[in-house]
Amino acid sequence: MDNVIETRKMTKTYQMGDVKVEALRGVDLTISRGEYVAIMGSSGSGKSTLLNLLGCLDSPTSGEYFLEGKNVSDMDMRGYADARNEKIGFVFQMFNLLPRTSSIENVELPLLYDRSGRIKDHRKAAAEALERVGLADRAHHFPHQLSGGQQQRVAIARALVNRPAIILADEPTGNLDTKTSIEVMALFKELSEEGKTIVIVTHEPDIAAHTKRLVEVRDGLINGDYEIVGGKIRGEQASAARGGIARSLLPADAS
Amino acid sequence: MRQMINMLKTAGKSILKNRTRSLLTSLGIIIGISSVIVLVAIGEGSRVQIEGEINSLGTNLLMVRPGGRRSGGVSLGAGSMNSLTFDDVEKIKSKSSLIKLASPVVTSNEQIVGGSGNWNTRIYGVSPEYFEIRDWEIEQGSFFTDKDLKGKKKVALLGKTVADELFPDQDPTGQKIRIRNIPFKVVGTLKGKGQSGMGQDQDDMILAPATTVLYRLKGGRNIDMINLSSITMDDTYKAEEEVASILRDSHRLSAGQEDDFDIRNQAEILDTMNEVTGVITTLLGSIAGVSLLVGGIGIMNIMLVSVTERTREIGIRLSVGARKSDIMIQFLVEAIVLSLVGGLIGVLLALAITGILNAYSSINAVIQMKIILISFLFSGAVGVFFGYYPARKASSLNPIDALRYE
Repeated sequence: MDNVIETRKMTKTYQMGDVKVEALRGVDLTISRGEYVAIMGSSGSGKSTLLNLLGCLDSPTSGEYFLEGKNVSDMDMRGYADARNEKIGFVFQMFNLLPRTSSIENVELPLLYDRSGRIKDHRKAAAEALERVGLADRAHHFPHQLSGGQQQRVAIARALVNRPAIILADEPTGNLDTKTSIEVMALFKELSEEGKTIVIVTHEPDIAAHTKRLVEVRDGLINGDYEIVGGKIRGEQASAARGGIARSLLPADAS
Repeated sequence: MRQMINMLKTAGKSILKNRTRSLLTSLGIIIGISSVIVLVAIGEGSRVQIEGEINSLGTNLLMVRPGGRRSGGVSLGAGSMNSLTFDDVEKIKSKSSLIKLASPVVTSNEQIVGGSGNWNTRIYGVSPEYFEIRDWEIEQGSFFTDKDLKGKKKVALLGKTVADELFPDQDPTGQKIRIRNIPFKVVGTLKGKGQSGMGQDQDDMILAPATTVLYRLKGGRNIDMINLSSITMDDTYKAEEEVASILRDSHRLSAGQEDDFDIRNQAEILDTMNEVTGVITTLLGSIAGVSLLVGGIGIMNIMLVSVTERTREIGIRLSVGARKSDIMIQFLVEAIVLSLVGGLIGVLLALAITGILNAYSSINAVIQMKIILISFLFSGAVGVFFGYYPARKASSLNPIDALRYE
């Protein structure tokens, strides 16, 4: 099986002064190539920590994490940086574009740090990524000249430009109105249909409903793992989901 | 290579995006570098000027003065001995192989009456060779001759200041002046030399034959000084030794006795002056160096602020795969580029300032290529030194915290 992400008993403990905070308490999660997954959880559930670990922004306290079959937990800081560069595309809630920098230059940014030399023509790759998100005509606009939805699409183009193994989106619609949220989610759906592996972290059931699989995190553990069909949890799994945050995604006949 | 070009591009873009901040950051370096160059140039300029003035006293010059007299262990200072005579001058002339010209000097302060009034000045009794030794040129009339010297003729040459004072609107040549009621005929006037390196008016004096001054005005048989000119500049020290041995011989000094005269040459005076101007240049340079240091601290200060201000940018760069070293190099390159550009502007500014000084003021500034190179390299070093700490701070940021930073 072609697993993009595989974690084994992954934990993360933060030391806050005298108190130890166990943010993750042993997560086993496997995501295959081409999957479209939502990670849900209330605040403090550990979903952000999980995203940081999956995105190689942080290292696990114990356990193992295989990214495209490679054991990431063994790598040093430099290895983490290179993994972020080559295998991961981030999309953030706050867009996080460089100010006073044109769209195309923002999209080019990951290529600046690409040491593999996979992509020869940076400008061309960036232009193609912008084209893909439908913003070819905004290539030389600055972030402050773009709407929120457009800024987020530039950020998605930036996440795509390095042809990563996985796109990690952290509350990608958190700063957008409903209409633009739907546009952005439609873009994710298209990308998923093209075969991209996408993981979206969210606390909004409406957003999770767009995906194909729902992973529920609670108290630092995976609390539930459901298949989503037509915006609802598949009937057979419904009984298991009754207690958690996934409740609102139960099919009508099961609730 | 590509990485390096990218880093330079990134740094350049970031500098251009914040033009005002970049300019303010570089301002310290600009001022520091230009003040170093300008002040050192002024120091160097005054050195060159003083050297020129000392040379204008006459090249290859040696001056013999009577030695200091000791009376019961008390030294009475140079010139207090009456040891030099016309005879010594003749002996040096006939015996020395390294001396080209020799002239006795007899001086006396006198009140001069003539023309439109009177004037107190110094009269120098010399031989015609003196004109060449001290590089005097005739403005009007002519020098006096050996015949005048032998005949103790009452003739005089006026320095420019004296001529201007006594004969403001007529040619003094051929006129009579009176010194101690003795009439002298003015045979000519001298071209002005201006002030000496020590600020003395070199034109406020009268030249007359040494014999006339000694026998008709001053009395006695001793002269105050002998001025000599060696054949070449390189020979001055050797010539000094030769003259010393001739004079010891002439004065019949035995091996153990001290010299009863004192010889100084132009090279010595030049060395002393160079030492003084060297100290001044170092002083000016170090004051300017302090301002360069302050400029460097300015760069560090703004870079530190910029690291805080750009925390989110650093977070974004880290999240798309920049290594710590990439961030470090980016900030370091920015600091170095800022200080090098500042250095370059500083050099241009210094060139402009010295150009203006030379054109519109009496200050003489000489820029040395060496100083430009050193200060430019130094500005780069300032960038590395003061950019390192902010760059390290930037690269040590944690990507998660940096991304969350508001």
